[in-house]
Amino acid sequence: MAEEVKLFRTWSSGYALRIVWALKLKGIEYETIFEDLTNKSPSLLQYNPIHGKVPVLVHDGKPVCESLVILEYVDETWKHNPLLPQDPYEKSMARFWANFGDDKLMKSIWQLFIAREKDQDVAAVEALENLKLVEEQLKGKKFFHGETVGYLDLAFGWFADFVSILEEIMSLKLVDGERFPHLSSWIQHFIDAPVIRDCWPPRDKMIIKFQVMRENYLAAATPK
Amino acid sequence: MAASDVKLLGARPSPFVNRVQFALNLKSIDHEFIPQNLAEKSELLLKSNPVHKKVPVLIHGDQPISESLVIVQYIDEVWSGPPSLLPSDPYDRATARFWAAYIDEKWFPLVRDLRNATDEQSKAAAVEKLFEGLKLLEDAFVNSSNGKGFFGGEKLGYLDIVLGCYLGWVRAGEIFTGLKILDETKTPALVGWAERFASHKAVDGVIPEPEELVNLIKMFQARAAAAAADASTK
Repeated sequence: MAEEVKLFRTWSSGYALRIVWALKLKGIEYETIFEDLTNKSPSLLQYNPIHGKVPVLVHDGKPVCESLVILEYVDETWKHNPLLPQDPYEKSMARFWANFGDDKLMKSIWQLFIAREKDQDVAAVEALENLKLVEEQLKGKKFFHGETVGYLDLAFGWFADFVSILEEIMSLKLVDGERFPHLSSWIQHFIDAPVIRDCWPPRDKMIIKFQVMRENYLAAATPK
Repeated sequence: MAASDVKLLGARPSPFVNRVQFALNLKSIDHEFIPQNLAEKSELLLKSNPVHKKVPVLIHGDQPISESLVIVQYIDEVWSGPPSLLPSDPYDRATARFWAAYIDEKWFPLVRDLRNATDEQSKAAAVEKLFEGLKLLEDAFVNSSNGKGFFGGEKLGYLDIVLGCYLGWVRAGEIFTGLKILDETKTPALVGWAERFASHKAVDGVIPEPEELVNLIKMFQARAAAAAADASTK
């Protein structure tokens, strides 16, 4: 009996993209359901009643939610082309840095992105400190786990795309090649990696989307 | 491995540290507990967890591992003999990880809100939100336990550890506010679970007594009030 795999996603969600990459890297056939988060489908709410968010993977009718949880589920269910390292210590490091990426890095990058001009310098300090830590992790490696794309690359994948979007919208250079040679190099390798490169959302749409978001945040923050 | 090969940097009142202690106890892993003064962090802590400078940190041989959920999974994978902490089926593992994320990211911050609540209204509001979350966890327990005593089934498992570590703080919150959080008329399954969890031999003695935690709550609030007073007089 053929198994049934569905993925609920949006066109732009970096979290959902992690799962798209994982499924494609493992050659798993799946059906995509695109959601409009302003008008959530009854299916999405049924499969993810607690959060109502994407991505949701539905495997033979059973839903899995939260992108990092889904990544581990995919890796444990379809064991070929493993995403996570086998060694328990290396695996722990991968989980630790994925959490760091979502909890610390993403927040600090976002704070910089929505900062008013006068607050940008302060916001940049934390973002840059976090970037330095990621830079350290990439020393001597093409991808986070070595020569091939794996779990941590997928976890940080959103960043490879978002950096250039932020830099264009804000007219500033955040990841410059001199200060962050390993991170810059990783971005280049990852953006162009097989399978990865076929999945990026349209850049022009992303620019517009994030530009509008930023304008809304700045307008809301302006004292009246 | 000798006890000195496994060290746990921790602080007794931290539920995150307690989690790791439960896991070590369940697996009967000899270890050295090195209490940390979080107001004056030791060289060892700063060297072992330079990114977050927090406890718990497990040091295995010379390799430090941080983040309580990462540590518990590491323990389960390295000392892979019984009892297993995580279920073996990938879907059940995903369910356990999902609820662990929910508990840490959505539910426990509500306990913190309760700790910070100073007037009756905000206390009641905080308890109400906590209770909504507990209803979800009640359902998760019923689904996960399959009629047995723990989230892990017959034996204590990952989710028992993840939620159970907060029971001291929940009880302290009840004493502090005078309001019931774990209520047998509302979440009877969780109330039964909490009693079984607290009396399990791997858990007994790890979580500080609620009274000690109540004193900590009072101290946090006094410090916060002093800081606020300081800020407003400047």
